[in-house]
Amino acid sequence: MKGQRLVLALVGGLLVAFLVTPIVALFTSATVSEVAAGFRHPLVWPALRLSLTTTSISLLVVVAFGTPLAWTLARRRGRLWQALESAIQLPIVIPPAVAGVALLLAFGRSGPIGSLLAGAGWSVTFSTTAVVMAEVFVSAPFFVQAATSAFRRVDPKLVLVSRTFGASPLRVFFRIALPLAAPGLGAAAAMAWARALGEFGATLMFAGNMPGTTQTLPLAIYTALEADLRAAQAISIALVVVAFCLLWLVRVTLRGSLEVA
Amino acid sequence: MSAFGRWWAAVLLLIALGCSRAEPDRELVIFAAASLREAFTALGKDFERTHPGVELRFNFAGTGELRTQLEHGAVADVFASADSLHMQELERARRVSSPVVFARNEPVIVVSKDATGTIQSLADLPRAERIVIGTPEVPIGRYALQIFDRAAPTLGRDFRARVEAKVVSRELNVRQVLAKVRLGEAQAGIVYRSDVAGLSDVGVVGIPAEINVVAEYPQAIVSGTSRPSLARDFTELVVSEVGRRALTNAGFSVRAR
Repeated sequence: MKGQRLVLALVGGLLVAFLVTPIVALFTSATVSEVAAGFRHPLVWPALRLSLTTTSISLLVVVAFGTPLAWTLARRRGRLWQALESAIQLPIVIPPAVAGVALLLAFGRSGPIGSLLAGAGWSVTFSTTAVVMAEVFVSAPFFVQAATSAFRRVDPKLVLVSRTFGASPLRVFFRIALPLAAPGLGAAAAMAWARALGEFGATLMFAGNMPGTTQTLPLAIYTALEADLRAAQAISIALVVVAFCLLWLVRVTLRGSLEVA
Repeated sequence: MSAFGRWWAAVLLLIALGCSRAEPDRELVIFAAASLREAFTALGKDFERTHPGVELRFNFAGTGELRTQLEHGAVADVFASADSLHMQELERARRVSSPVVFARNEPVIVVSKDATGTIQSLADLPRAERIVIGTPEVPIGRYALQIFDRAAPTLGRDFRARVEAKVVSRELNVRQVLAKVRLGEAQAGIVYRSDVAGLSDVGVVGIPAEINVVAEYPQAIVSGTSRPSLARDFTELVVSEVGRRALTNAGFSVRAR
């Protein structure tokens, strides 16, 4: 028994080491003054502000539209529904740069929707809206996937009983499904937010790279990398610190409810 | 446990197989700026024909990226850069020795189809609705700003400001600049002449020679290469008649010998 437990710990430990070593190297190969200089880099603050605003908005959009969709998907079993579920997962598989090209072709000036908008004198490319759209596109599938699993764990008998007692479908959704799935939904939202924060390829393609308007932290890191690895490293540390703090906060807040669930 | 153990052994075996890569007979690794892709790929075929048993492996990427890789010990035999500054830094760090300029590439204005009537010279550039240039951290972005500054005496002191007022994005590489103009998202951009060689879906406007900044492409053999003579053969092919023809076809200018 003990030996088996040791093997399991060793196997898991190897993966942890593999995942953590690069992050640790990011921190240890820079001196404190280099990191301080990195935080004072002119690219950092506008990019950090932009990243936090755009990911907050994209998270709101993803949760608002993704939750009802996930609840619907969780209760359907037909082949068409399965196909739909797979189709929604596609943005996870395609490389982000390809996602950016696809967004350009759909919403760019020559695309079917973009040309309509351009006719009205409106263009999304190169705007902060485009950054939010790219983030929603790449992060929503993660949320929908995890939220659907969370809703599937809601006991269908509870739903059935409430419906028998005359509760409306909306009431069942808000009073039964939502509270029961809340911890899973929280974790899903955290994952989607993390993906949006790290988004790079689709943003670069679709929104461009303009400080203050479309240059998010990952784009700022890449821009700095062209001139100076140290600066890029320092901004990366800023990104990792911000992401870790927020994910940890979510985990601490959810801990109580996760243990109950 | 035993099923799990067997499965785990299979994973380890796969990792081990992935690590032991079969080395070809003789292999030459060339790090080259992304803009050299076409010319160097053509030259590579030629090189493999004249050197049977030798396999060329190209790594095409942004010059800054390649420099970072070389500084961190990437294994390469030849480095061809789109910019002298990065090469000088590598020479100072003794990662390469005695770089030689083998080609020049001049920036041009690339114009989207719908704007070819509006933008016919550098002076027309501020009339574009949306301009895309490189970020100042990459060579093409630095050159663009230098060109706008050098235009001040003839086109007005505020020329750079008037152009920058229309800049909607500062892209990370020249291919992104070109893509946005080709798709019509931007009306004009600054790219290299080699980028637009053979393109028919965009307009190309030259920049007056007295204002233009010309990019120099140096190549050098990477220090500590295990195949110095093969590496020298390749750099000699690049500056040979065959090499110069391939580079000219790709839009580069080479000095007459």
